[in-house]
Amino acid sequence: MANSPHVHLPISVRVIMLKVLLALVPGIAVYVWFFGAAILVQIALASAAALLGEAAMLRLRGKPLSLFLTDGSALVTAWLIALTFPPIVPWWLIVSATFFAIIVAKHLYGGLGQNPFNPAMVAFCISIIAFPALMSQWPAVGFTDFAAQMHVIFQSQSPQDAVTMATPLDALRTQLHSAAARATVAGILGSHATFGNIGGKGWEWIALAYLAGGLWLLQQRIITWHVPVAFLGVLAAIATAFSLANPDSYAGPTFHVITGGAMLGAFFIATDPVSGATTPRGKLIFATGVALLTWIIRTFGAYPDGMAFGVLLMNLCVPLIDMRTQPPVFGHKDDKRGDDKQGGGTP
Amino acid sequence: MITTLFRFKGGVKPASHKDESAQVQITQAPLPSRLVVPLRQSAGGTPLPLVSTGRRVLKGERIGAPEGNFSSAIHAPTSGRVVAVELRMLPHPSGLSSLCVEIETDGEERWIDLAPVNYEAETPDTLRNILRDAGVVGLGGATFPSHLKLKPGASGCIETLIINGAECEPWITCDDRLMRERADEIARGIAILRHIVSAGRVLIGIEDNKPQAIAALRAAMAQAEGVDVVPVPTRYPAGGERQLIRVLTGIEIPYGRYGTDFGVQCFNVATASSVHRAIDLGQPLISRIVTLAGNVERPGNVETLIGTPIDALLKLAAPRADTDRTIMGGPMMGFTLPRTDLPVTKATNCILAASPALFPLQGDEMPCIRCGACTLVCPAELQPHELYWFSRAKNFGKAQEYGIFDCIECGCCAYVCPSNIRLVDYYRFAKSSMRTLEREKTAADAARERYEFRTARDEREKTEKAARLAAKTAAGRQAAEGAGAVKAAVAPAATAFAEEKPLAALDERKKALIAAAMQRVQSQMAGVQPKNIDNLTPEKQAEIREIEARRVKVRELAKTPPDEPV
Amino acid sequence: MLTALLVMAGIAVVLGGMLGFASIRFKVKGDPLVDKIDAILPQTQCGQCSYAGCKPYAQAIAKGEAEINQCPPGGEEGIRKLADLLGKEFKPLSAEHGVEKPKQVAVINENACIGCTLCTQACPVDAIVGAAKQMHTIVTPLCTGCELCVPPCPVDCITMVVVAETVETWKWRYPVIRLKEQKEEQKGKQKGEQTA
Repeated sequence: MANSPHVHLPISVRVIMLKVLLALVPGIAVYVWFFGAAILVQIALASAAALLGEAAMLRLRGKPLSLFLTDGSALVTAWLIALTFPPIVPWWLIVSATFFAIIVAKHLYGGLGQNPFNPAMVAFCISIIAFPALMSQWPAVGFTDFAAQMHVIFQSQSPQDAVTMATPLDALRTQLHSAAARATVAGILGSHATFGNIGGKGWEWIALAYLAGGLWLLQQRIITWHVPVAFLGVLAAIATAFSLANPDSYAGPTFHVITGGAMLGAFFIATDPVSGATTPRGKLIFATGVALLTWIIRTFGAYPDGMAFGVLLMNLCVPLIDMRTQPPVFGHKDDKRGDDKQGGGTP
Repeated sequence: MITTLFRFKGGVKPASHKDESAQVQITQAPLPSRLVVPLRQSAGGTPLPLVSTGRRVLKGERIGAPEGNFSSAIHAPTSGRVVAVELRMLPHPSGLSSLCVEIETDGEERWIDLAPVNYEAETPDTLRNILRDAGVVGLGGATFPSHLKLKPGASGCIETLIINGAECEPWITCDDRLMRERADEIARGIAILRHIVSAGRVLIGIEDNKPQAIAALRAAMAQAEGVDVVPVPTRYPAGGERQLIRVLTGIEIPYGRYGTDFGVQCFNVATASSVHRAIDLGQPLISRIVTLAGNVERPGNVETLIGTPIDALLKLAAPRADTDRTIMGGPMMGFTLPRTDLPVTKATNCILAASPALFPLQGDEMPCIRCGACTLVCPAELQPHELYWFSRAKNFGKAQEYGIFDCIECGCCAYVCPSNIRLVDYYRFAKSSMRTLEREKTAADAARERYEFRTARDEREKTEKAARLAAKTAAGRQAAEGAGAVKAAVAPAATAFAEEKPLAALDERKKALIAAAMQRVQSQMAGVQPKNIDNLTPEKQAEIREIEARRVKVRELAKTPPDEPV
Repeated sequence: MLTALLVMAGIAVVLGGMLGFASIRFKVKGDPLVDKIDAILPQTQCGQCSYAGCKPYAQAIAKGEAEINQCPPGGEEGIRKLADLLGKEFKPLSAEHGVEKPKQVAVINENACIGCTLCTQACPVDAIVGAAKQMHTIVTPLCTGCELCVPPCPVDCITMVVVAETVETWKWRYPVIRLKEQKEEQKGKQKGEQTA
């Protein structure tokens, strides 16, 4: 017998996930425009692997396949993996990374809604730690020859230098860290004809397309403003502060906000509801943490982009953040509820 | 006077579907041949039955006496004969039974002697007692006895009286029609309520999707001073008492406190109308307006006697063929009726015929993805997804910490949940489990205390007895010492023996007595029929029947449930 | 070598001293364990555990003399709670101590009562009122359903009745089970259709 409420909004997990996928489409389209169709192959590989892994795990766990396989959550993970990985990584890397994300990071923790870490970011971090060279092979702008890309992806040959290049973030890090070079930010970014003026040629347009998709998600109320605003705001603020103090060693805010995974992360990764904070204040704290960690790892760390690590590290803090940022309840605005909450532990 | 409106957080805007039933005038439901009047129709205890089978009752005659201060009286909705006082299934989600009075109607509609009072000449206390005895309870759905809400609380006085005409639930239009057609009755009721609490200001909140009701009440209230009819934005649950108070005054009343503590109190428009009838006309609350809507051919509102079978009302509205269940209340908070032959109660504001097309059953429940949609719509500003986890895990302590009792079960969270989680079901489960646990704990604590007291008393009695015995023995020994050494050795033993013997004899005697008593009882039990009931006057017999009727209630506890919960 | 030994010994002495100080300074009075166990027990005082009441049983459990599965009124849930509290393995209710029953109360058949006061003496919580040769009655809200008054009654006028659910005490069911049942129902229906 059904209890109240007897009416429901026609919304489902599937609709939410499909909207997220839809919001990624403009970014992917621009991606294809600048870097060729290889990304589409990668997305297809990742999606196939994700669905396969999901189906296998659902079967093992005795869950209804028809219900969970079509919820779209595995596809979102797959697409995010494909979009954060270099588009010319060998096929086995993206497939195994996706398997890892779905099987270990998602289902071993209990499946949809239970994973404490963002599965796509787990896959990214595992891969960049295990295969740093492969994960740093980004195609050079203009390397859009599909056949050549397929060759790199499926023959696992190391591509020639002509077709790969360091991302702006990578270049910045390696060159600024090598003492001999005596390079400056402006020098590095300006010296390379293939780098755009803002965040790297091509990448800045992809980032803007992600921004457009993210704004649509905001408008659709799939995500709230807290995470993107706090993340981009804090990232821009800290970058501004340091670049003003020493413009030669620290890149400016526009560069940080536009480059790397910042825009994708701000709207699509850090906003993952399952592994992120849920309270409004919690979301602000979470995004601030991700932004700070991203900037620190980008600037001082050993890896070119810190987004993935930032998200995972902050995922760890989510239970604590949520617990400490419970908003006051209707009628209890004056009570010291936050204080009862830490004291009143129950067995 | 321009009232600045506040807003409550959250809320949803489900399709209102009010036009169907709001177009037609309130009609009078035909008098059924039998009425089943549940004695338990308000929050608080079950009234005691005042009538027994066979008794003739008049319309408006009291048939249930308020038990304690927390319940409200029950009256015969029409004249007729009582044919049964017994356990019947209530229109309640549990499908459980409670004591009901069944009346065979005689069609004469003969009223008791009505005693209208001039409210201006009466003290608030007298008026409150009249309301209690007239069975006036909140007709918005919660059926909280109105006389209790009229007592000044911690703040000492009620400055602002709020009249709730918001009616935010979809489909329901009974208050809308009442305001349109009987605004003057409501106005008179408001005047009485205002007099009782001596409120300086009256705010009538009506959702802005009911312009005719607003116009009607404005016209009826044109003469009154300090009364404002305030259109409030249409957003479910704007008609929730706490939400409406928040919107109109900005005051937030937390769980466990009452409006009176903050100098405001809120009454439904239908309650105001029944207050008018109880005071100005002397008529107790025996009928109410019920919206018939949903999957029916002739939606509308009917004024019906309490106790009318719901299926008789449904017939008036002519449900369509694909109707598969009936909902009492609105689609957001109503419950599916276990059967349709149950009576209308004071809480029945709407009968909805439901069909799979109109109210499709929810899809399969998916895991919570913490999307936060529920937190955005929660009018109590809770974190419904956290409460869900705690309730599901039966972690009641945590659920309470996160404010589960502040939940008003409005259903907004479940309405928007993309995972189709029956969130409110989890909260109801957690809340009722916690109440049960609390009851059990109180009982266990009382039992522990009583047990410890008894053990201590036994202990004390034992030591006292031992002390007495010791004193006696000591006295005996002293006497024996005076008499001689040989005697001294024998005496205590002798005393003890002497003491033992009568005890043993007593035991024998007692046993014989008990045996005799047992014989008597056995003969009694064979014919358990009580003696001395022949040659009694009819009055005495009626009295005995009444006592028996009261005993039925006492034995209610002791009975196995006649109907399994559905 | 010597320094290391001295340092280690010094640390041992200091820490030992601190522990000793803490054990005196923060000594917990009473036996909270007994109270904790007693709080879990249902306070029926029925003695089915073979102790005189809930408190003595709690003391026996705390001392390790009694098993945790001797309390039928507490039922499986009570055993689970005890197991949780004491860090012991869950054990099914020991059959020799009785079986789990729904909550009952005693009812005296007032027509048959001879007023012998034997039941009032047996009642562990003083829930029976009545004097010698006067009719007795049970104060139902206080009755724990221990059944101790049933055997002493010479005329067998005390019966135990199960407390029925009322609208006030009714509890919403656990939704997870309900969903499972729904699924099973559906399955059953499908099967029924197939066979039909």
